[in-house]
Amino acid sequence: MATVELSFTPLPAHVRTARLVAAAVARRSGVDESLLDEVRLAVGEACSRAVEEHRLHCPTEPVRLALTELAGRFEVEVTDTSMAGGGAEGGPAYPPGFGIAVIAGLADDVQISETSAGTSIRMSWPSAVTAS
Amino acid sequence: MDLKLDHHSKDGIEIVDVEGEIDVYTAPRLRELLIDLVNNGFYQLVVNMEKVEFLDSTGLGVLVGGLKRVRAHDGSLDLVCTQERILKIFRITGLTKVFGIHETVDEAIAARKSEK
Repeated sequence: MATVELSFTPLPAHVRTARLVAAAVARRSGVDESLLDEVRLAVGEACSRAVEEHRLHCPTEPVRLALTELAGRFEVEVTDTSMAGGGAEGGPAYPPGFGIAVIAGLADDVQISETSAGTSIRMSWPSAVTAS
Repeated sequence: MDLKLDHHSKDGIEIVDVEGEIDVYTAPRLRELLIDLVNNGFYQLVVNMEKVEFLDSTGLGVLVGGLKRVRAHDGSLDLVCTQERILKIFRITGLTKVFGIHETVDEAIAARKSEK
């Protein structure tokens, strides 16, 4: 079970909310202060991507964020339920997957799962706290 | 405060001062400003990011878009940034090789003038 779950309307304005919540839970989970900027950035990238997908393909469905304290790790999973997959027309000026490339540069361990139900991006960082 | 934008001319170069967070929500405003400046004939730009607290790939895309627009007019877009937390995303994406990144506005202006 996730330590904290967040579900939000796929609006760009809420990506900041998701970043702030993730950083707060990461700090509480014992992630080193020096890594919090990376957590914020990676979570922001994953949520921005999910929001864009939902805005285009399923604007009434929420984006979900699960933040979990594990033994020695803090894990974040961002899930979208867009079934379109890949980049979209009229998207950003940079190639699709740019945000994911940024995430891969920030988190030790990134797993991306694409199913017919949507895409899940899971990433984690080392933490000092042992999960209770 | 999400994002505060301002601009002024100095030595024939337009300085864009950015304060706050540049992300998927706020980046469109920066994009519009850069487009407006180019449409109004300002092709030598310096974006001062010393008060930027957050920058993601959406923001990078806006800066790359701005660079492309000014270059179409033989112009330039340089950045002022000394914050490691912001420079990190430029390094991860390799964009440190694309943008001139300087420590102060005066240094950015001097670098641009010396190239002429």
